[in-house]
Amino acid sequence: MGWLICLCAIIGRELLRFLNQPTRLVSALVRPLLWLLVFATGFRAALGIAIAPPYQTYITYSIYVLPGLVGMVQLFNATQSSLSMVYDREMGSMRVLLTSPLPRWYLIICKLLAGIAVSLVQVYAFLAVAWLCGDDAPPLGYLTVLPALIANGLLLGALGLLLSSLIRQLENFAGVMNFVVFPMFFLSTALYPLWKIREGSALVADICAANPFTYGVELIRFALYGQIDPVATLVVLGCGGLLLAAAIIGYSPSRGLVRRKAA
Amino acid sequence: MHAANDAGDSASSSIALELSGVTHRFGAKRALDDVSFRVAAGSFTALLGANGAGKSTLFALATRLFDCATGSISVFGRDLKRHPGAALSRLGVVFQDTTLDLDLSVVQNLRYAAALHGIGRHDAEAGIERGLARFGMSDRRHEKARRLNGGHRRRVEIIRALMHQPALLLLDEPTVGLDVPTRRQLVEQVHRLSRDDGVAVLWATHLVDEIEGPNDRIVLLREGRVAEQGSVAEVLAAAGVDELGALFAPSAG
Repeated sequence: MGWLICLCAIIGRELLRFLNQPTRLVSALVRPLLWLLVFATGFRAALGIAIAPPYQTYITYSIYVLPGLVGMVQLFNATQSSLSMVYDREMGSMRVLLTSPLPRWYLIICKLLAGIAVSLVQVYAFLAVAWLCGDDAPPLGYLTVLPALIANGLLLGALGLLLSSLIRQLENFAGVMNFVVFPMFFLSTALYPLWKIREGSALVADICAANPFTYGVELIRFALYGQIDPVATLVVLGCGGLLLAAAIIGYSPSRGLVRRKAA
Repeated sequence: MHAANDAGDSASSSIALELSGVTHRFGAKRALDDVSFRVAAGSFTALLGANGAGKSTLFALATRLFDCATGSISVFGRDLKRHPGAALSRLGVVFQDTTLDLDLSVVQNLRYAAALHGIGRHDAEAGIERGLARFGMSDRRHEKARRLNGGHRRRVEIIRALMHQPALLLLDEPTVGLDVPTRRQLVEQVHRLSRDDGVAVLWATHLVDEIEGPNDRIVLLREGRVAEQGSVAEVLAAAGVDELGALFAPSAG
């Protein structure tokens, strides 16, 4: 029971902090909406999307890019959570969490689930605005996409946790954006299908195929249409599990994230 | 306030905190060197040391933010490495830096801390009311932590550390940055916790006027080593000085 109380409190705190900062929701929506309403509109005429699963007909570019932008919302939320972990560590409030008598691994999983919960609020807010703009998915898709969002949240959240355990100072975060977040997003199928990328460069296509975020986006894409992509499911859950294990080791008292800060 | 969340070992229940041969390094720097001392249940022990003496490192180890490389730490007989849950459930901690979530209200901060110890909403509310009343903070329960002054933040942090009714309270230089009257009030309030409620207190400081009287015990930390320990009179006699302020003289520079 105590474990559940702790989990609910950590999720509640993250949601409360998120809701207390309305600008965070706005900025979380502005970025993907700019892509959807400006970038995708411009590309609509230039880029044709052939029929390929899960789509059963020709689609506009904005429909194609929607799952990628959902992935983007989750990717940037994971980055924000990671940044917030480093900030909490620097400011000291992380210590309150880590001195809980519950096991450290459990506390880390609670933080991960809290980040996923916040990302779900952001994703559904984005999907609602996209729907209002005419870029919609099948009605049932908004429900069937939920497990995929949780799985992708696990992958990206675990990556964020791992990064936060490795980063020594808040200032180092610019490097994360440049060397992790942007390459992860652009070298994926978020904006272009893999076959289209391969037409331009086989090497870039191979890199995209090796990027776990590609599988997160594809998982969401298929789930939005009520389908399961088994390969994407395995890759996302497998990589998410490995990253989570690494993050738990990173936060272990024997290794010590706070070790560097305590003197 | 009652002081126990689990039964603990009866044989070791008189020792709230025990450090035995604790050594810790940060790279080449030895932060703590073979530190051993005990804090008796219900006692007030001051961990005296100049800046850089190793007090904060000791606190980080005693709260298991990270494990010590050598030696052992136990809380009421429970080894911190082998039984971290049982040990941590019996101690409360106030760190040197403010660790409140500034964007949350006082009551939200306290509820969060209670939940981290598995305390449900109903029990937490009772504890919050009790703590706020005790420290004269009832009228500020809905105020954002960001709007509180330093003294009030410290009080909230102490209330938070007591939410799960620990039998051992660790405070790392809790009066840093506070004015003299607030400092005195806080020292008195924590002494009362020890005296009236039997909570063992380890109070890290470099301010000797925070040690109230002959019953307080002292552990003097100098360059990561325990230089002296005992009652005020014992430490003064062992060091061959007349007043506590003189204890800092060798490391003052």
